[in-house]
Amino acid sequence: MMAASERPLTAMIDPAAGPPDCATYERAGGWQAARLALGRLTPAEVIDWVTRSKLRGRGGAGFGTGQKWSFVPKEPASERRKYLIANADEMEPGTFKDRWLLEGNPLQLVEGMILAAYAVQAGHGIVFLRGEYQEACVRLDRAIGEARERGWLGENILGSGFSFDIHVHSSAGRYICGEETALLTALEGRRATPRSKPPFPQTGGLWGAPSVVNNVETLCNLPHIIANGPEWFAGLGLGEDGGTKIYGVSGRVAKPGAWELPIGTPLRQIIEDHAGGMRPGYQLRALLPGGASTAFIDTTALDVAMDYGSVEKAGSRLGTGMAIILDERTCPIGMIRNLEHFFAQESCGWCTPCRDGLPWVERLLDAIEDGTGREEDMEQLDRHARMLGAPGRTFCAHAPGAMAPLASGLKLFAADFAAHIQQGRCPHHAGAGP
Amino acid sequence: MRAEILALAAQELHPRGASVAALRLVQAHFGWVSTAHLREVADLLGMSADDLDGVATYFNLLFRRPVGRHVIMLCDSVSCWIMGRETLCAHLCRKLGIRPGETTADNAITLLPTVCIGHCDHAPAMLVDNTLHGDVTPASLDHLIATLRDTP
Amino acid sequence: MTTIHIDGRDCQTRSDINLLQACLEAEANLPYFCWHPELGSVGACRQCAVKQFSGPEDTKGRIVMACMTPVSENAIISIDDPEARDFRAGVIEWMMVNHPHDCPVCEEGGECHLQDMTVMTGHNTRRYRFTKRTHRNQDLGPLVKHEMNRCIACYRCVRFYRDYAGGDDLAAFASHDNVYFGRAEDGTLQNAFSGNLVEICPTGVFTDKPFSASYTRKWDMRGAPSVCVHCAVGCNTIVNAREETLRRVLNRYNTDINRYVLCDRGRFGHGFVNAPTRIRTPLRAIDGQQVPVPMADALTTFARMAAKGRIAGIASPRAALETCFSLHALVGPEHFSTGQTQQEQGCTELAHTLLTRHPGALPTLHEMESADAVLVLGEDVCATAPRLGLSLRQSVRQASFHTADNARVPRWMDAAVRTLGSECPSTLHVLTPAPTDLDSVAAETFRATPDDIARLGFAIAHEIDPSAPPVTDLTPDDAARAARIAQALKAARKPLVVSGMQYGSPALMQAAASIAAALARATSAASLSLVLPECNSMGLAMMGGLPLETVMERARAGEISTLVIVENDLTRHLDPTDVAELVAAVPNIVVLDHTMTPLCQHASLVLPIAAFSECSGTLVSQEGRAQRFFQAVFPPAPIQAGWRWIQALARSLDPSTLPITGLIDWRDLDDVLATLATAFPDLAPAVMAAPEADYRIHGEKLRSQTYRASGRTVIRSFISVRDQPPPASPDTPFSSSMEGAYEPDMPGALVPFYQTPAWNSVQALNRFQSEIGGPMRGGPSGIRLLSPAENQNTEAQPYPYATDIPAPYVPQADTVLVLPDTRLFGSEELSMFSPPIMARSSAPTLGLPASATGSDRMVLHLEDGPHDLPVEPVPGLPEGTVLCPTHRVARAFRFPRMARLEGLTDGGERP
Ligand SMILES: Cc1cc2nc3c(=O)[nH]c(=O)nc-3n(C[C@H](O)[C@H](O)[C@H](O)COP(=O)(O)O)c2cc1C
Ligand code: SF4
Ligand code: FES
Repeated sequence: MMAASERPLTAMIDPAAGPPDCATYERAGGWQAARLALGRLTPAEVIDWVTRSKLRGRGGAGFGTGQKWSFVPKEPASERRKYLIANADEMEPGTFKDRWLLEGNPLQLVEGMILAAYAVQAGHGIVFLRGEYQEACVRLDRAIGEARERGWLGENILGSGFSFDIHVHSSAGRYICGEETALLTALEGRRATPRSKPPFPQTGGLWGAPSVVNNVETLCNLPHIIANGPEWFAGLGLGEDGGTKIYGVSGRVAKPGAWELPIGTPLRQIIEDHAGGMRPGYQLRALLPGGASTAFIDTTALDVAMDYGSVEKAGSRLGTGMAIILDERTCPIGMIRNLEHFFAQESCGWCTPCRDGLPWVERLLDAIEDGTGREEDMEQLDRHARMLGAPGRTFCAHAPGAMAPLASGLKLFAADFAAHIQQGRCPHHAGAGP
Repeated sequence: MRAEILALAAQELHPRGASVAALRLVQAHFGWVSTAHLREVADLLGMSADDLDGVATYFNLLFRRPVGRHVIMLCDSVSCWIMGRETLCAHLCRKLGIRPGETTADNAITLLPTVCIGHCDHAPAMLVDNTLHGDVTPASLDHLIATLRDTP
Repeated sequence: MTTIHIDGRDCQTRSDINLLQACLEAEANLPYFCWHPELGSVGACRQCAVKQFSGPEDTKGRIVMACMTPVSENAIISIDDPEARDFRAGVIEWMMVNHPHDCPVCEEGGECHLQDMTVMTGHNTRRYRFTKRTHRNQDLGPLVKHEMNRCIACYRCVRFYRDYAGGDDLAAFASHDNVYFGRAEDGTLQNAFSGNLVEICPTGVFTDKPFSASYTRKWDMRGAPSVCVHCAVGCNTIVNAREETLRRVLNRYNTDINRYVLCDRGRFGHGFVNAPTRIRTPLRAIDGQQVPVPMADALTTFARMAAKGRIAGIASPRAALETCFSLHALVGPEHFSTGQTQQEQGCTELAHTLLTRHPGALPTLHEMESADAVLVLGEDVCATAPRLGLSLRQSVRQASFHTADNARVPRWMDAAVRTLGSECPSTLHVLTPAPTDLDSVAAETFRATPDDIARLGFAIAHEIDPSAPPVTDLTPDDAARAARIAQALKAARKPLVVSGMQYGSPALMQAAASIAAALARATSAASLSLVLPECNSMGLAMMGGLPLETVMERARAGEISTLVIVENDLTRHLDPTDVAELVAAVPNIVVLDHTMTPLCQHASLVLPIAAFSECSGTLVSQEGRAQRFFQAVFPPAPIQAGWRWIQALARSLDPSTLPITGLIDWRDLDDVLATLATAFPDLAPAVMAAPEADYRIHGEKLRSQTYRASGRTVIRSFISVRDQPPPASPDTPFSSSMEGAYEPDMPGALVPFYQTPAWNSVQALNRFQSEIGGPMRGGPSGIRLLSPAENQNTEAQPYPYATDIPAPYVPQADTVLVLPDTRLFGSEELSMFSPPIMARSSAPTLGLPASATGSDRMVLHLEDGPHDLPVEPVPGLPEGTVLCPTHRVARAFRFPRMARLEGLTDGGERP
């Protein structure tokens, strides 16, 4: 296909032409992987290839994809109800990579899902799509329909004996639905609160059946791994991790956008070469490297390689790989307040610290930003960052995610906090002006 | 629509799996989910109205109160905020004479905040009745409002 | 057993529990909210955080939720760890962010788990300085009050109501810090167990609405262990009283029976005790008027009556054993009636026989919860024995527990087990004439007339044991159904068959017993349970006596001059014509009761006796468990225990005429029981249902109020400024005040309230159990009188299977079979005198098969005349039958009964 393209994920995406139809997709090398896997590989071999490809989940946590699949009970799809779910909930502020893939080349996701489903022998596929992605929904439905018509979905695909079909679940807006266990609860038509593990979704997921939840980007990589081999894929990465990654930048840069680059591309390169650097008159102050729930890093860390390990060493997380830039002229406290408002509102309301702690944080930041902050508010912010930030204290990773920008911001912008409280107003006057 | 809802329910392992889809269908048709409709859907899915309303009130995009003919959902998440969504929001409020969460007196437009809609590279962004708008400016807003007022 | 280390202390603990349970069992004070012993763990509140260390070298440790962490060998944890403490204080602080801080006016105050936990964590200064979020409250009906602002969102209410009790009209709404627990709209909570929210909720969101009207703090009330009188299950309760009025009923934990939960009839049915229908003085008929008379007058009147001829006695299945027995002693066995018709008595005695003869197990309610296949044969247990129905509802979870076991997920991980079990098949089979609340969790439901269900039952028994008699001419469908159910029961390790006498059908109980006996050939765990109607039905069945028909005969023959009727409204057992005939034939009718029943108007003498809260006594539940209830209220004379009145009557007679002389010498309840034990050896163990009145701990009586009791001396200060001596009962070991002994290992039968240092709410119960959810430290409450014929050698002595299999029911051309529509609220006698229960009962309707509902109203012709009733379609109700609410339409409904039904439209299929 896109033979050994450097940009396998997005090579076929052409916004002007719209998503490829089945024939175009096939001409460009599509279905090659599905044909190979279903025809010649055993499910165990597919898992092995993916493990060797060093593909790590692109949903944020970076768990090894092949390893995740290995926990699924091995019965053939015909013997046990299992699910393969594409996590297309993409609601992390600052993140817009999955929409690109969904709208640009939905068949690639369909093929990826077929491969993943075959590997874990799941007969039922679901795309959990965030409700606002209407265009993606239309295109995905069309792609699925077409694939079904051509025998890529349905009973006994390509005479392999493997049956699999996909339906799209359009959600109704709730960040926590992206958390894989809350996603399962949502699919069951319940209030989408996360579930405790064990049981892990791989053994007891949707309706109690083994289920695999993978991010859209993760799944879209699969056709290329199978078609071109795991070693090729692993070789695409610049560091420890395999493949390419969609990186993006938003904020006051010259050319906000998203680009497919080798995983491990240095942050500076992404911002300067691809996003065109800062807009004239603006200076980079700090940034969230991988979406709203990652910690701030400042200009001293710009040379970090954007892979899971390196970003973590730099004190943050790769997350979704979609950076949000804070410029000199924007109030950092205003930004954190905006983030915490989001997290407080999107708390599912299940566990106490998150449900009642995040709104407290939000009120404190409101007060500080509005000029009514007090000295002791800083202690409260500190305390919350400590108490909600560490894993295991809240039920799921939502609250720790929420605390990442706050905790790092408290350190990085200590002087700004102090100035707000001392002056009784926001020194950046209206918070953020155009 | 009843048939459509029953068909959705039939696709699921348990009818309740279709609850969000069914409510969205109702909303697509009526603009919002009234209590009477909620009850009917609950009946079709074999759930209690209480149960279904617990789900309906959980999600941001399911409206349990009437909205205007058009809904403007202005992104209030971080990238759009950095790019000046507050000014836009103030502008909208002034123009429409309402606050976020309210509907204009002529029932034409409801203004709601929304979390990040994945259009951050074109911030500030908004959704107007399912259509995505990016790089929004006060001027483009004025134009939009005028068109919306005229379309049914 | 496993050893764990809690703050340096080595603790032996069970291995299949979580750290929170282990800490509580080790008597540590670890706060929690969302965990509940019966509901398991979900990890929502994050209050039970402790530090866990990976080994002796680990000094950092990590915070874990104790309730979500299984006990492991040599686990090292710290409750005292500063970081853990800090976090727990933080959790309370978060919970209190929006809490109204309205303890002084909150009805949970003083027994509030949130108060206890707030004190326990040391949170005492408010640091949140912003506005509180507020909610609007809802009207949830006559039983439960709602104050949402006090909510701490522990999710216990919805988990109990929905997951445990199967209700669907209470839910969580909205999200983040806006979550709301209530109904979609104002309206009465429909679930039969809604009242438990009062105890399940750890704060004051859900409180007892009837109690609210005469509210009193826990520390101002006297408590007494009691037993519910509103059905034959025998749930254990605590009654609370102040100023000599009964204020409320609470759950009293009995590990075998009700455990943590009561039904709403039991919790709110006590209103009859304070209702205007109470009888408070003796009444004598003078010139057709019943006038209050002094006690002495009543007794001389009785002596005069007695002098005129033979006295006969009618007891009651709702009267205590002691009351029944004292009547027995007054009139002698030949003149003692059980107060039931032949059919009723036949059924209860049959139940007793079948249970004693059963070769397998006689399960407790708790054991029923772990039955892995259940057959309900012709009894709507949710209406007749509600708490038992709830236990059966739990039994369907067995398959999910096994799945969880296989997945190595502990059974107490509630949400996880429910996820894993979401596709586990149910193993409950419900065969009843009309829909029941259990249908929604049943694998299979089947609707037929009682006779046809009995036939199916016999067929099932024959499928399991071919030596049981076969059923001829079954339809192929029924034969297949019988085979299928037999298969399911045979495959189970702990199969259970439940039936009862709701439909007055001995055949149903026979069939159930046959199935259980057939199963018992393979496993001794095969169990049988039979539901009886009244709180002492079994006790009376074991005592025996004449049926009402015999009394009628003797009355007609003029052999009875005085009839002493105790706690029995005969109009519920006899048709109006029979009652009229009886009244006409017997010159003197003496009624002893606490409540003005319709029968009282026919009495020449009415004597006020104590209700269950005002005296002590013994009841025998349907499973043959003798249980003692104790006096909490000291009513003004001449209200006194039934047996004391009967003793007073006896004392006014010539002693030589008494069949048992002991009667007049009895001093206290223990004396009555001692005589009873000799007269009825089968009932003798009832003496040991609870310790005797002279039981002491450290030489002291037991207190029945908490230490914080206050105001005792001033309640009546407007009458007298002198201290009132506390009332005392000779029948109990209680001091009736706050003086006396009280400790967690006091006898289970004598625990009058739950409280231990730092624990003032019902959660203090944890300290009274030998292990959480296990038996009481001080031993069981009550004693079982029936044991199954365990070691009966079935080979040598074949089980005597019943052979009288009924004929199939054939719908009649001109009449319908009238079946009782037993209702949770409305069918039971005493609770219907309780205002909140009255408010919950709906108007009588006539239930008809859906195909036969031609018109809105129809007329049913019963013995007492025509009844014009609104018609309601009942899905699945068999052709040729109607459902009619027992006692609401014709007081003395007897079944089976054929009756004429009129008012069908012409197009109706039915004749
Ligand atoms: C609060 C929260 C929100 C999340 N949202 C998303 C999301 O929108 N999309 C996504 O793919 N993963 C999201 N995740 C991560 C998922 O839980 C999960 O790890 C991921 O879908 C697994 O896919 P992967 O293994 O392919 O990365 C979220 C996690 C948390 C804790
Ligand atoms: S941390 Fe707790 S309240 Fe927050 S989203 Fe997760 S489970 Fe819900
Ligand atoms: S009791 Fe452990 S988290 Fe609630």
